[in-house]
Amino acid sequence: MEVTLTNIRKYFGTVKANDGITFTFKAGKIYGLLGENGAGKSTLMKILSGYQAQDSGEINLDGVACSFRSPAQALASGIGMIYQDPHDVPSMSVLDNYLLGRSSGIRLDREGGKGELLDKAKRMGYPINLKTHIDTLSLGERQQLELLRLLAMGAEVLILDEPTTGISAEQKEELFTSIRRLADKEGKTIVLVSHKLSEVQELCQHVMVLRQGKLVGKSDIPCSIEKLVGMMFEEIPPRQERKSLVRDKFTLEVNDVNLESDRVSIRNLNLAIKAGEVFGLAGLEGSGQRLLLQACAGLIHPTSGQLLLGSEEITRKPYHRLLNSGVGYLAAGRLEEGLVAGLTLLEHVALSDPDTGFVINRTHFTELTKTRIDKFKIVGIPSTMIDALSGGNQQRALFALLRTPLKLLLLEHPTRGLDVRSTDHIWQLLFERVKEGTSIAFMSADLDELVGRSDRIAAFSGGKMSRVVNATETSAEELGHLIGGEQ
Amino acid sequence: MNETELVKVLSSIVLQASPLMIAVCGETISERVGVVNLSLDGTMLLAAMTGFVSAYLSDSVFVGFAAAAVVGALFATIVAFGSIKLRKDQFAIGFVLTLLGDKLSAYLGQNFTRIPGPHVAHWGIPLLKNIPVLGPIFFDHDPLVYFAFILVLTTWWWLFQSQAGLRLRSAGERPEAGFARGVNINRLRYLYTIIGGSLVGIAGAAYSLDIKLGWAEGSTRGLGWIALAIVIFGGWSPIRGAIGAMLFGASKALAAVLQRRYPEVSLVAFNTLPWLLMLAVLLLVSSDITDRLLIIVPIRFRQQFRQALRVRPPAALGQPFTAGESGED
Amino acid sequence: MTWRNLLRTVWPTVPIVSALIITGLFLSAFGVSPGEGFSAMLRGAFGDVNKVLNVTAFWVPLALASTGLVLAFTAGLWNIGIEGQIILGAISASWIALKFDFPEPWQIIFQLLAAMIAGALWAGITGVLKTRGKVHEIFGGLALNNLAIILTNYLISGPWQPPEGGTFRGTEPFQDKAILPLFADSRLSILSIALLVIAVISVYLLLRGTSWGLKLKALGKNPRSAFLLGVSSERELLLALMLCGALAGLGGAIRVTSWFDSLRQSISGGIGYLSLLVVMLSNFRVALTPFIAYFFSAVLNGSITLQLRTQLHSSLGGILTGVMVLLVLLLGDIKTLNFLPKRMTKESTDE
Repeated sequence: MEVTLTNIRKYFGTVKANDGITFTFKAGKIYGLLGENGAGKSTLMKILSGYQAQDSGEINLDGVACSFRSPAQALASGIGMIYQDPHDVPSMSVLDNYLLGRSSGIRLDREGGKGELLDKAKRMGYPINLKTHIDTLSLGERQQLELLRLLAMGAEVLILDEPTTGISAEQKEELFTSIRRLADKEGKTIVLVSHKLSEVQELCQHVMVLRQGKLVGKSDIPCSIEKLVGMMFEEIPPRQERKSLVRDKFTLEVNDVNLESDRVSIRNLNLAIKAGEVFGLAGLEGSGQRLLLQACAGLIHPTSGQLLLGSEEITRKPYHRLLNSGVGYLAAGRLEEGLVAGLTLLEHVALSDPDTGFVINRTHFTELTKTRIDKFKIVGIPSTMIDALSGGNQQRALFALLRTPLKLLLLEHPTRGLDVRSTDHIWQLLFERVKEGTSIAFMSADLDELVGRSDRIAAFSGGKMSRVVNATETSAEELGHLIGGEQ
Repeated sequence: MNETELVKVLSSIVLQASPLMIAVCGETISERVGVVNLSLDGTMLLAAMTGFVSAYLSDSVFVGFAAAAVVGALFATIVAFGSIKLRKDQFAIGFVLTLLGDKLSAYLGQNFTRIPGPHVAHWGIPLLKNIPVLGPIFFDHDPLVYFAFILVLTTWWWLFQSQAGLRLRSAGERPEAGFARGVNINRLRYLYTIIGGSLVGIAGAAYSLDIKLGWAEGSTRGLGWIALAIVIFGGWSPIRGAIGAMLFGASKALAAVLQRRYPEVSLVAFNTLPWLLMLAVLLLVSSDITDRLLIIVPIRFRQQFRQALRVRPPAALGQPFTAGESGED
Repeated sequence: MTWRNLLRTVWPTVPIVSALIITGLFLSAFGVSPGEGFSAMLRGAFGDVNKVLNVTAFWVPLALASTGLVLAFTAGLWNIGIEGQIILGAISASWIALKFDFPEPWQIIFQLLAAMIAGALWAGITGVLKTRGKVHEIFGGLALNNLAIILTNYLISGPWQPPEGGTFRGTEPFQDKAILPLFADSRLSILSIALLVIAVISVYLLLRGTSWGLKLKALGKNPRSAFLLGVSSERELLLALMLCGALAGLGGAIRVTSWFDSLRQSISGGIGYLSLLVVMLSNFRVALTPFIAYFFSAVLNGSITLQLRTQLHSSLGGILTGVMVLLVLLLGDIKTLNFLPKRMTKESTDE
């Protein structure tokens, strides 16, 4: 199916998310859609997949003008999209998820659905267990199920939104193989939305680049990375040169620790991080890295083993104690687990400051907040509501609320959803702390970030930690394999 | 207590539990689709009054139930509209309606208190009612009781064995997923909340037309709250909820029996039972106390017990949904 | 002034006017003209000095409970249990009044203190049920409300029954020095007003100017983030609930030693549930709450006179207040109505 977008416009108030985009996707080809955060990729694909309506412009499928008022309508016309977090129902079984939304009769035909799903899965080469519930599956498996569902509903055009974030190297290979087969053998049109240049080069045949809502470039692959980067950015972002700031004493020691959660269990984990070291934790969602970070923060406790902060035993200490002992923790969900929507910047500063007296001294905190705003380059004033800030500024605000000095800083996905400029700035701030002797342990799904910013890295898979590698001696490929479970 | 007495008590438990079962089914449907209707207590009061008065004025029990269903639907509509369209606090709207329902029932029913009126006729199922023991307990009642049981089974089937039920549940668990599959989330929420409300209304009338005949100010007060608690205890499943309703009925029956046996023990102790029971069951299913209690269970069975006892609300319960907002960064 | 601006300024009165109209309809439905009905209510509330004093006397416990609720709701707690906390306050004050004989003014002081402590503890039970038992405070509060009522009935028909025998009406009247000093011939105690003023000012300052108030605000808006930022949720929630309970208990003590002179069956008169309506109407603003509480008191006391005059059930007052709150909840915020132009939506601007 050939898809033609003509002059697609979508404005959110004064923000021009999509500003007159025209492009044609031909059948049987794989396209890459590149752009920084905020360039408009997501918006465009949401419009194409029926999730949102465009303000103006046309969508033509095989020459016929179409307009969709819902994703289901778009799917009925042949366009399906797989989201980064697939839209499935975690508490339902695999089979029920597959059957959801098919209007075939009143009674749920589980038997028929079973046969159909197993059959399709076999054709694509995916192993699936029908009885399990979605919330026990990995992201890669959920993607596979979504793909099966879309194909079963007759999708001719498949849009994949950042599909390789959070899946193992093996799963990525499987995915790419499937995509190639769907395009070559079955004539589907595939659009891959990504910010990973290497993957786009590997998989796609053509690429379109968005910047600030406009289509600024297109190219056929093969094409050099510099050319792609040049189209994506106005200037090439500077490469961070790093010298090692690692000191000689240990900040964190994890000795024979066992951790349990609903999804994963970690056994006999041993790890040691030195002062001034940046330690990267790689791995799929739910492999245990988050569990480790939470245990080090005192949010959960090991069932056995020992955690040492410097020379102090912190195994059973609660979170607030550790907060006061120099441990900082930033969760991934900024507004869900970190900031309080409805409070201002000043109120956040006053709230997180351990020296706030019973009565709040407004003048003092106004000054303090202004200082932090300057230091962390936050776009806002003390009385700005935290939810009025952009994602990047919210992340900066979170960093501004951390205490100083810190012995250990634990970060979940510190730069998720941020553009290159914000990411660089955040890491500049982080390295200033590292210079002062803070140890950082962070988890990330971005292998380039892990390799580029860490001193040492370890990968988690199914609760097991791989060997620890030096960042200067490893590569994204090697990490990808470690994540998949190789030792 | 001899056998006939026991059978009588059990039979009365089934009878007393029926309206609660109906209300619990109604609210289970509503919460499964994602809307909490906190106004149950007020709905039932107003519905009980309306049901009785309409039946009295029209001399037809059927009209009474229909009017009560309308009352329930109306309150549910307000809750649904306020939370879905106007995006206001579900709890607040529901709570105000609880108080309003109480006051309205007192005011509008002021001329109809303590008078006799029509009631649901008894109809034992032929043949079945003669089965020893089970017969009188389950099959020798009035149509309302049979309706309650049929409703529980139908609701269960609808929720878990039908296509529509799958869609219903998706609206309460993960609306984005339902929406992506063509489910009109908000329309479903309106539909099932209103159906649920109607059932709650019918349950209210069941009291004034069957169980506790007639109307008096505050006659069903407290039952709506208990129904809400039973929905939780029932893990948002109609069958388990029905068991909860019968448990509650049993506690009342037990209280009555013990009171006759030991008249010297003050009435107080027995009145406290239902409320203490409510707290106990909620503690059991909500807290970590279960984990500590499970120590006595052999390890092999622990996981199953925990699954059976713990409950998890529909993930999107109480959260409004707008198509086009995906919440992704 | 443009059409839009006019509508915007006038809008807040729409729910109130609508509620009055609806209540008027209810009056006519029962054969009483709205004019007659409303004037009966007005006269019942403000007809003469004594009536005004009574409205004021009824108002004090209501305002105390409402002020306490602002604290609880700021912390995100649905303290439906306030009714029981008021009752426990009344019970404890009665206990001191009936069983102890302190010199003045200690008698009253201990009564009030006991009430505040009892109210706080009763609220504490709900709090612990929530923090440790994960039982939602709506159910905890509800169960405890009913237990409090049962306790009251038990006491007045049993251990504290008056000498002529338990009749479920009330205990015997308290000794003179247990009753609060009353103003003129009314049931109003000036002391209670002073306590109310202190309470309102304290809560206002707590919420506005202290770090504790800020913590509560954060907890109410996002408990998880608040916790991660360093707020110990369990402790603060419990404190907020108990402080609310203390104020409620104080209200209960005032009620049982000024409005009444003994512990009665419906000692709280529904003040607890009413205070929930008050704070919903005031949108949890401390400064506004006492005024709205006064309005409610006027309506309720007026409707009692309405009942005497017209034989109509006094719950009409409750209908008026309930409809008003409902309409304000649904329609109060003019921005949500779609016939006004939408501001910039909150849709994602990234990507």
